[in-house]
Amino acid sequence: MASKLLNRFPTLNNTAYHILSLPFLRSTVASPFLVHTRLYSEDVSSRVSNRSSLNQVELAKFSSIADTWWDAEGPFKPLHVMNPTRLAFIRSTLCRHFQKDPYCARPFEGLKIVDVGCGGGILSEPLARMGATVTGVDAVEKNIKIARLHSESGPETANIEYCCTTAEKLVEEQREFDAVISLEVIEHVADPAEFCKSLAALTVSNGATVVSTINRSMRSYATAIIAAEYILHWLPKGTHQWSNFLTPQELVLILQRASITVQEMAGFVYNPLTGQWTLSDDISVNFIAFGTKNSQ
Amino acid sequence: MAIVINAHFNWQNNRGKGSLKYLLQQRQIVARFVKGDQSTSQKKAKGRAVAAKIAAEVCGLKVPRRTFCNNIAAREHEENLGLPNNFVHYDIAIVGGGMVGMALACSLASMPLTKQLNVAIIDSNPALEGKTCIKKEDPPDPRVSTVTPATISLFKDVGAWQYVQQHRHAYFDKMQVWDYTGLGYTRYNARDVDKEVLGCVVENKVLHSSLLSCIQNTDLKKRIYPSRLNSMTLHQNHLPTMMDSTSSSFHASLAKLELSDGNSLYAKLVVGADGAKSHVRELAGFKTTGWNYSQNAVICTVEHKTENQCAWQRFLPSGPIALLPVGDKFSNIVWTMNPKESSACREMNENDFVKALNHALNYGYGPHPQSNLLGNNGDIFSWFRRDLTVSANECFEVPPDVVKLVSGRMVFPLSLRHANNYASKRVVLIGDAAHTVHPLAGQGVNLGFGDAFALSRIISEGIAVGTDIGEVHLLKKFEVERKRENIMMMAILDGFQKAYSVDFGPLNVLRAAAFHGAQYISPLKRSIISYASGEQRLPLFS
Repeated sequence: MASKLLNRFPTLNNTAYHILSLPFLRSTVASPFLVHTRLYSEDVSSRVSNRSSLNQVELAKFSSIADTWWDAEGPFKPLHVMNPTRLAFIRSTLCRHFQKDPYCARPFEGLKIVDVGCGGGILSEPLARMGATVTGVDAVEKNIKIARLHSESGPETANIEYCCTTAEKLVEEQREFDAVISLEVIEHVADPAEFCKSLAALTVSNGATVVSTINRSMRSYATAIIAAEYILHWLPKGTHQWSNFLTPQELVLILQRASITVQEMAGFVYNPLTGQWTLSDDISVNFIAFGTKNSQ
Repeated sequence: MAIVINAHFNWQNNRGKGSLKYLLQQRQIVARFVKGDQSTSQKKAKGRAVAAKIAAEVCGLKVPRRTFCNNIAAREHEENLGLPNNFVHYDIAIVGGGMVGMALACSLASMPLTKQLNVAIIDSNPALEGKTCIKKEDPPDPRVSTVTPATISLFKDVGAWQYVQQHRHAYFDKMQVWDYTGLGYTRYNARDVDKEVLGCVVENKVLHSSLLSCIQNTDLKKRIYPSRLNSMTLHQNHLPTMMDSTSSSFHASLAKLELSDGNSLYAKLVVGADGAKSHVRELAGFKTTGWNYSQNAVICTVEHKTENQCAWQRFLPSGPIALLPVGDKFSNIVWTMNPKESSACREMNENDFVKALNHALNYGYGPHPQSNLLGNNGDIFSWFRRDLTVSANECFEVPPDVVKLVSGRMVFPLSLRHANNYASKRVVLIGDAAHTVHPLAGQGVNLGFGDAFALSRIISEGIAVGTDIGEVHLLKKFEVERKRENIMMMAILDGFQKAYSVDFGPLNVLRAAAFHGAQYISPLKRSIISYASGEQRLPLFS
């Protein structure tokens, strides 16, 4: 799958330059249920302090609806509905990569997984139930509180470690994990290339990295921005900036530069009649990529 | 900086849980040796209880996270003394260990992702202790069920059908349906759809004991509670408030069941398989829609001179009478009639009842239908002649005479009832608890088995992606899938029941036309057979 994409690449240099120059022009819009990850490089820090007042306003906005994280009928309903499909992909790729028995009820026993941008923990908890030792990381303090509270409700999920921090801080602490999972985060990050480098640094050699995001295509503009935000009101307006979306080619490239080789990629397709998401080859809107860290 | 320190501290705290469990185990072992003045039986009981609790998950021990060692020992001592009130934690609690409840347990035991689940079965029926033995010489019990081929294959999948085959069971491959007006009849044959059988008639106790034997041969961790459900508390809030986070134990989010013998247990999912008058449905607050048919069903077992291998159903003015083969020379009678007549039937002596049966099945109420062989009918149906079904050529046959009554007569009131919702957080209904139908097509328990196997499949899919099995999303998937099928079947059966209970000239002619149509229009007959066999989802769409 990934090799097919690589063959379709146009000259990469232009795209690379495009990505690297963009972060300074992009406005980062923090979304209600996603990590608002800031990169603490020197160049951006001045901008961080200029925009800190704006962040407080946005953080306050998220805090107000953070309580509805686990309300299955609330504003986070689309994420709850999509969750099993994402988990199916993660389960199948990780089982194959780590050679675990797919018919076992707890196939991730013994694996250390970090969920970067865990929000209220809707991904961390199923991963913990599948046997993994999970660490959930989010930059919004309220999300971590909600996640911690909810995880206390079951014995398997009580061992999830939640930290209100960023991927970069974890790298500074020199933490390493067998699998690093970051779903629907990278489109909200100031510098995706640096973010991917942090994700790679958190992965052990030959470990797994799973990233999911939204494609930057005409169809995704129509679906994820116009339909989801303006027509169906699934997401608050302004959640996503179309210019921040990454195409699969770009994602593969920046992961490659962070020494992660993308092995598999799949798309999520929503069927409005049944209200269910399914995995498919159609990566034109939502897609998820599984890569492995090159062994050094 | 503060965030980093906070995170580090919390990380340490969370890591402390593993060492706490180890500490508790050590304390228990020490405590047992220290208390040397107890009798051996008390020690044994405690030892077993302690061992069971160590084997259970950490949440089974009512210990909040930040207690110190001596407090833990004190609490342990308290818990050991209060043995009958153990709070044990199960994954699934099946309330009602009848055919459908046991089918669910069997199905869970047979699938790789669910066989490690901890299951509690709550039913005060002594048959569940497995001590009842079914003797071959006993006459058949009047309570029988017709299992469709779809149900038979589901049973084969879980490995329960082999146990059914060791007892009396009767496959049938022919069926004849007609009514009292004598204007038409329909014969169905399994060979119309290239199958061997249309269904199999099995006594309920045989089905139940087969499922019980099947489950006892698996490794499923189960415990049968021989008592009744008194009350049930389902988790109400979706999130405990931020204020009482320290005291919330794991139990706050689980369903708590209190039984009549004083036991309490916690479960992630409560399955209501406790029949038409479901207590679980009442406690969970599910509303139902439906109505009582002003009909009762009289059931009994009868004997013939020769073996009966065909299923017969005759629609009479007050309700259908069905004669189903149960094996050897026995048959089962299900006679639907209005309540006054049913009490009369129960009171009358056996000879009179046998005469009444023969009257109803054979020569009473109206003439026999004419056997129109296709050659005579000619023109209208000639273009179907190529695609003819085997049974279209069969003549009308008179059912075999009833010679003797071999069991008591049981009377049941009939009704149609459907729960508006099958599932909500931590609770789901299957079988008769969710829907009851008229017995005229023998579909009731087959719908229940369909529910049980569908639920176990959905639970397995949920576990595959790490879902909490009591979550509403998952259970609603089950509800959507089964509601569609159940409502379709119920609507059709109710339609039949109403259509056949009216004696009105033009309607009689319509019914006769329907009989003829089903008899001679092969595609229609084939889809009716497929639908009734449980293979097709919608009638008429092949």
